[in-house]
Amino acid sequence: MQHAEEIKLPSRGARFVKGFSRWLSAASAIPRRDPFAFAGLLLYFAFVVIAIFADSLITYDPREILFDENYDLARNLAPGGDHILGTTYSGRDIYSQLVMGTRGALIVGVTAAVCVVTIGTVLGLIAGYFGGVTDTMLMRLADIALGVPFLPFVIVLAAFMNPSQWNVVLGIALLLWPQSARVIRAQVMTLRERAFIEAARVTGAGPWRILFVHIAPNVLSLSFLYASIAVGWAILTEASISFLGFGPSDSVTWGYMLQDAYASQALGRGQYYWFVPPGLCIIAVVVAGFLISRGYEEILFPKLKD
Amino acid sequence: MNQPLITVEGLTKRFDVSRSFKDVFTGNHPQLQAVSDVDFTLAPGETLGIVGESGCGKTTLGRMLIKLISATEGKVMFDGKDISEMTRTEELEFRRRAQLVFQNPFDALNPHFTILRSLTEPLHNARVPREEHGQRIAEAMSMVHLPALEHFLQSFPHQLSGGQLQRVVLARALVLRPDFIVADEPVSMLDVSVRAGILNVLREVRDTMGLAAVFISHDLALVRYVCERTITMYLGAVVEDGPTAAIVENPLHPYTKALVQAVPIPRVDQSHAPLPITGGLPDARNPPSGCRFRDRCPLAEARCAAEIPRLREVGGGRRVACHLVEPA
Repeated sequence: MQHAEEIKLPSRGARFVKGFSRWLSAASAIPRRDPFAFAGLLLYFAFVVIAIFADSLITYDPREILFDENYDLARNLAPGGDHILGTTYSGRDIYSQLVMGTRGALIVGVTAAVCVVTIGTVLGLIAGYFGGVTDTMLMRLADIALGVPFLPFVIVLAAFMNPSQWNVVLGIALLLWPQSARVIRAQVMTLRERAFIEAARVTGAGPWRILFVHIAPNVLSLSFLYASIAVGWAILTEASISFLGFGPSDSVTWGYMLQDAYASQALGRGQYYWFVPPGLCIIAVVVAGFLISRGYEEILFPKLKD
Repeated sequence: MNQPLITVEGLTKRFDVSRSFKDVFTGNHPQLQAVSDVDFTLAPGETLGIVGESGCGKTTLGRMLIKLISATEGKVMFDGKDISEMTRTEELEFRRRAQLVFQNPFDALNPHFTILRSLTEPLHNARVPREEHGQRIAEAMSMVHLPALEHFLQSFPHQLSGGQLQRVVLARALVLRPDFIVADEPVSMLDVSVRAGILNVLREVRDTMGLAAVFISHDLALVRYVCERTITMYLGAVVEDGPTAAIVENPLHPYTKALVQAVPIPRVDQSHAPLPITGGLPDARNPPSGCRFRDRCPLAEARCAAEIPRLREVGGGRRVACHLVEPA
């Protein structure tokens, strides 16, 4: 046996730092490669900052009914002065509602996306790798979930349980996972046949280790792609539910603002400053998610571009 | 003679192939016999070459030896134990002792793992204590003549050349200190310029570690360079088995003769004598009756179509499956 000096292996901490810096450098490649994706990232970043500092950004309590100096209800005030975006029919500050709504929207969007992608990735991995009866059962379940109409399902869910934003998250998680699960399953089925997976078997890795240590890193980028799409979907759904009046009554969201504006006939009075800002915010978040996923897709699958 | 490390008995692998429209009505389940009735033994420390043209079942045989696919019939005994009837503990021990070197180094390493991670993974699975990992990896890296440098170990497969990758693949197999490796066409995907380096590493490893190896190749010249003994396969069956030197100098089976003659001689003005055989490999779904080689064999007689030639001892440690070769 040849004599070999011992080499020093990096500690767990050092490996983590290394991996994190690698991830950062990959993320920093996005603005150079795709300005649209970068714009999407900036939009997200702006919304996240607003959501985090919402408490210091608001000028009034968004649920407080405001009165003017004559103790009259401060209703339907035009933008300007104390009220940056004016007030609602019941005398609440629109700007503060909009800022608070960002927090609600992002909480729903991010938790729903995390749930969807976790369920989708785990089930996709299992179905793709084990195949056979497991695969058939999971994929039939996916077909059923895909067949259920989306909005009615969430409304029924909201009707059976107490109205809360978590119903929306639950509904989205239950119905949106099949799309990511299917794509990840297909990816796993091709990865399963690759030589490096056989190599893992030859070196003694068990099936679960192969699945979550060897295959999973290769499909995580796809999971992120689906997460960025799911965020937009979740926010849109939450807004729809709230607009239809099935949303939580204890929190202010963009959908609730639209519902309030609709019920108070804001359009009839031409109060564009009331319902246009939340509408624009919803569009901005959904478009940002779309731009990121599109840019990400081009980095992932450069050949699809042409 | 000490106890063989590997004993292969009647090993057969049939694959289901897709049924035609007619097969559905006739109740026919067509099958492709990739490996049929292969027997041989391998002593500890022995190197065996398996040669044959594409599609003759070499790779399937190699994958069965390493328990990547299961045999349809027959069995492989590793150190006296049937590899298909192992408990999880026995299988882990088998996985530690028997390793595979892949044909395509560009596909054999996980693209998301650093080289270090790929080399640590086998040690982790074999429950080698963490304190020993550094020393074991350094040992494997020096055996394949790769620098055990921090930046090299931290690089990803796409940053390395084919030759370097194949050395890493070899190091991954050696890091477990196996007793047996299967090398499936280990240099066929590499540039000619780096082949010699890999082959020399294989020879060194064979000599220093004393491990038994099965070296699968379509190139008799490569097998001759590395192996003491050679098996020639044709359409899933062994046609000749014996010491490499004897086979290369005096091939007995007509197919081996053709293979030896097909090895190019490095001379510009070499005579291009036509090969004694023509045509291609017959359809493995319905091989010719009797001797599988008869429709391409220049010497075939009536008996060859009627009777399947058995592998017979012909002296000098050689076995041949041909009616026309008389036992010595």
